[in-house]
Amino acid sequence: MKYLLLKHYRGGPTPTVAFEPMDRWTPEEVDAHVQYMHDFAARLEETGEFVDGQALAPEGTFVRYDGEGRPPVTDGPFAETKDLIAGWMVIDVESWDRAVQLAGELSAAPGPGGKPIYEWLEVRPFLSGAHTGTE
Amino acid sequence: MNESLLRELVPAVIGVLVRRGADFASAEDAVQEALIRALQTWQEDPPRDPKAWLVTVAWHRFLDAARAETSRRGRELAVEVEPPAGPATATDDTLRLYFLCAHPALPPSSAVALTLRAVGGLTTRQIATACLVPEATMAQRISRAKRRIAGLPLDRPGDLGTVLRVLYLVFNEGYGGNLDLAAEAIRLTRQLAALTDEPEVAGLLALMLLHHARRASRTGPGGRLVPLAAQDRSRWDTALIAEGVAILQAALARDRLGEYQAQAAVAALHADARSASETDWVQIVEWYDELLLLTGSPVVRLNRAVAVGEADGPQAGLAALAGVPADLPRYTAVTAYLHERAGDLTRAADLYAEASRAATSVPERDHLTREAARVRQLPRP
Repeated sequence: MKYLLLKHYRGGPTPTVAFEPMDRWTPEEVDAHVQYMHDFAARLEETGEFVDGQALAPEGTFVRYDGEGRPPVTDGPFAETKDLIAGWMVIDVESWDRAVQLAGELSAAPGPGGKPIYEWLEVRPFLSGAHTGTE
Repeated sequence: MNESLLRELVPAVIGVLVRRGADFASAEDAVQEALIRALQTWQEDPPRDPKAWLVTVAWHRFLDAARAETSRRGRELAVEVEPPAGPATATDDTLRLYFLCAHPALPPSSAVALTLRAVGGLTTRQIATACLVPEATMAQRISRAKRRIAGLPLDRPGDLGTVLRVLYLVFNEGYGGNLDLAAEAIRLTRQLAALTDEPEVAGLLALMLLHHARRASRTGPGGRLVPLAAQDRSRWDTALIAEGVAILQAALARDRLGEYQAQAAVAALHADARSASETDWVQIVEWYDELLLLTGSPVVRLNRAVAVGEADGPQAGLAALAGVPADLPRYTAVTAYLHERAGDLTRAADLYAEASRAATSVPERDHLTREAARVRQLPRP
């Protein structure tokens, strides 16, 4: 079964530990964090559970159709005012429990002082799982 | 079965078919089918003249396909009025193919894909893997590109500058998949250099070789970016550097300077320094001055500011930034670096952090974040 793990720049049900932005950590703490993410993905490639992962830039905008002959409506590139997705990882695992377990591990990436950052991650099942049989 | 020999024959074979009256898209399809046949049969039954074999098989394929088309009458007529095939002028055909694949009517990503397929002889799957897109997406991109250039004649010399730009794009396309696009771009540029007598082609080849020579040292564990000054120079490929420098010197001696030669000259000066501190920044600034005259490019102006900062000090570097648009990629990172060197650490750290938020790749973002973190830790004066 495939699941999407969504990382957010901020957001989640309730705010957790408020860490300073990463550029205020020590270089070693930054390295440790980046290395953790890297190792996590590498480990899932080894177990055959990694499908895809991408990072996204912080800027972005909401867009919608605004009627025939009119340009699309956007809310402007105001990154500060909304929750934005920082990146995703697609995993292919045996069960929902495994997906939750992995999301929990990813959320434990180290921050300042090497302590976990308790980042909220969104876990969403893919709807495509059941139809992979014969054609 | 020598696959690289096959790939080298592709552009010449397509060229022959087109000269005999095939349109580019059909010729390209026919050659791809002939290649598949070759891969299946040559192992058992190698031909005496591989190129002639490919031309014959591809030509038959083309005729079969042409007959099956609804427009067969028109096509066959077109074929019949074509003069019979004369002695093959393979080099000319190949060169025209370069021009066609890099046609300005094509968006850059399509020109890259088409060049890799028609000139490079790569399969759609190989190109897709190298560009990190699904095979179906790449197949569509290639057939759209072929449709777009369908009516264009193959007999007119195109713009060599466009061809060079496309080859440089291939070189910079990335390092995904099994196929090394940088190596492929070097192979194609070598081919082009053999076909043309133009110092800029040599300049681009030298530039690619000099960049390629430093590749192993450019990333650290986990794909971390290693800036030039911190690279382990013992890992640079000295043979490639020597070759690049020799090609560049021969090109420069012909006294027809162009932007690729000037860029290669900068790369050669970096390659030449045994340590970062031995870099001849004064000469590098002079080459950037030449480049600026040739291109007027804001990117060159930005790079020049870095060199000025090293040659004449950070304040001079910051002054050299005047007139560079602030929304240029890397502008903020360069400003951060110059402020750090000038001792304005708080401002430098803020700018590094700002640059990291605008970074366009993960390694670049991580690198700049780390730079911000590093500068924040430095003891304040």
